[in-house]
Amino acid sequence: MHDKTLTQLAASLKSGEFSSRELTAHFLQKIEKADSKLNSFITVTGEQALKQAEAADNARAAGETGILTGIPLALKDIFCTRDVKTSCGSRMLDNFIAPYDATVVEKLNAAGTISLGKTNMDEFAMGSSNENSHYGPVKNPWDLTAVPGGSSGGSAAAVAAGLVPAAMGTDTGGSIRQPAAFCGITGLKPTYGRVSRYGMIAYASSLDQAGPMARSAEDCAHLMNVIAGHDVRDSTSVARGVPDYTDTLNAPLSGLKIGLPKEYFGDGLDPDVESAVREAVKVYESLGATVREVSLPHTHYAIPAYYVIAPAEASSNLSRFDGVRFGHRCKDPVDLIDLYKRSRAEGFGEEVKRRILIGTHTLSEGFFDAYYTKAQKVRRLIRQDFLDAFEDVDVLMGPASPTPAFDLGAKKDPVSMYLQDIYTIAVNLAGIPGISVPAGLAGGRPVGLQILGTHFAEAQLLNVAHQYQQATDWHLQLPAFAEEYA
Amino acid sequence: MALEESHVRRAAHLARLAVSDDQATGFVDDLSRILDMVDQLQAIDTEGVSPLAHPLDATQRLRADEVTETNQRDIFQRCAPAVENGLYLVPRVVE
Repeated sequence: MHDKTLTQLAASLKSGEFSSRELTAHFLQKIEKADSKLNSFITVTGEQALKQAEAADNARAAGETGILTGIPLALKDIFCTRDVKTSCGSRMLDNFIAPYDATVVEKLNAAGTISLGKTNMDEFAMGSSNENSHYGPVKNPWDLTAVPGGSSGGSAAAVAAGLVPAAMGTDTGGSIRQPAAFCGITGLKPTYGRVSRYGMIAYASSLDQAGPMARSAEDCAHLMNVIAGHDVRDSTSVARGVPDYTDTLNAPLSGLKIGLPKEYFGDGLDPDVESAVREAVKVYESLGATVREVSLPHTHYAIPAYYVIAPAEASSNLSRFDGVRFGHRCKDPVDLIDLYKRSRAEGFGEEVKRRILIGTHTLSEGFFDAYYTKAQKVRRLIRQDFLDAFEDVDVLMGPASPTPAFDLGAKKDPVSMYLQDIYTIAVNLAGIPGISVPAGLAGGRPVGLQILGTHFAEAQLLNVAHQYQQATDWHLQLPAFAEEYA
Repeated sequence: MALEESHVRRAAHLARLAVSDDQATGFVDDLSRILDMVDQLQAIDTEGVSPLAHPLDATQRLRADEVTETNQRDIFQRCAPAVENGLYLVPRVVE
């Protein structure tokens, strides 16, 4: 069962090959057996999952089913889940039992899916390696000495290892696409506002977006059908119709115009990653697409702009953790200021503190215009680069990350870690959707092909990714780890 | 723009983060390198470009000013560190 896609498992549930209870018990057993090696889960909700599975089986017996009824999933621990610990990878929220469900969780529950638990992540989604978690780093199932990527590293590793058929992640600067690339799975970051952020613990509110991580584009399409749409509880969610994302998966690609941004094939790109991506582009040519080079001239400024805007928003969002209403509180505070300062100093890890300090500094008197206003202007130029490119081509393609997964502990300097996100971060600043699909191996570690589309082009991205997955089988390859613990 | 320890101390106070002397030195180092990277932005001519706050240029939707939430105080206070009679407890602020 571990090697099946969510789409295949849904068909088996429908035909009665096995029940949701059996399927759920199978994956729970795999987690029990294998996750001590990976550390991909922070919380496993086995008992609740089996109850949900029984309810799903009963619903099926009564004929009240949707496509995903009875499918087990995992949730990044950034989504609030009622009566279940929601830590966001932080000591600050180690004791936080969420009093309500995120909209994404509510929708997945209503669709009859089963939550197996909450996956590990970089603290408050700040990181690109999952080494910033209060609960320890996650290992990459392709190579236990490598990072799984971040910040949705637990979700990516769990899916890649076959511990769960799909998981939800979030992406503020690449946190779905880069771990999907590092772990050899398919991950979609939707257009900003396509999926509700309600109940998703906020990092940088103008950039954060939730999306699916699974074995295939088809699996992601099924999940998008459930989670996409307007939500009155998120004022930035977009009131716009949601297509059936599975309808257009099989549209032919003849005449598709692909742009290759020249800035995404420059210095710092691993040659093996580059050749895997260029091979993938050849597959598209054989499917009838045409390819041309394009330019995104402000690419180089995306990381500097992001490291002003994201920390600025984070410093504001994270001011809610005050040791008074929820979360960690220090012992024996002498006064209110001491309570705030020590609760926050004890509750937050190093990277979170760095970003709070950067954000507070750049927003402070005397620095605001030079940093924040400047970065927002550059943000407009970065978005315009994409809009201009999409005048000439339908989609953009390139690597999701300049290198395959790096070794645990390899990037000690924060700036060198930040530079890893060079191909993903501009996408969040522009608000456009992007998907990473497995496109080969480099030194035994997966390579991700990133495909970008214009705002609300999710259906097209899923179509383009699906057609590649019909012509190749990189997305079906499993690490030896998954077989060992099968 | 060079970052000094006084900037870090001011930011830490504004952000209500306790920072020891040793930590402050470390943060000056880390934050300086981050800001050096950020300073590349100054090289771009942004004359006449307006700031972008929202990727879709959306405006805030409005709704009728009606009460829609029910009182869930007891549920929300279950995860609080210290409450009494429906109130959050903090160290004495007013003598």
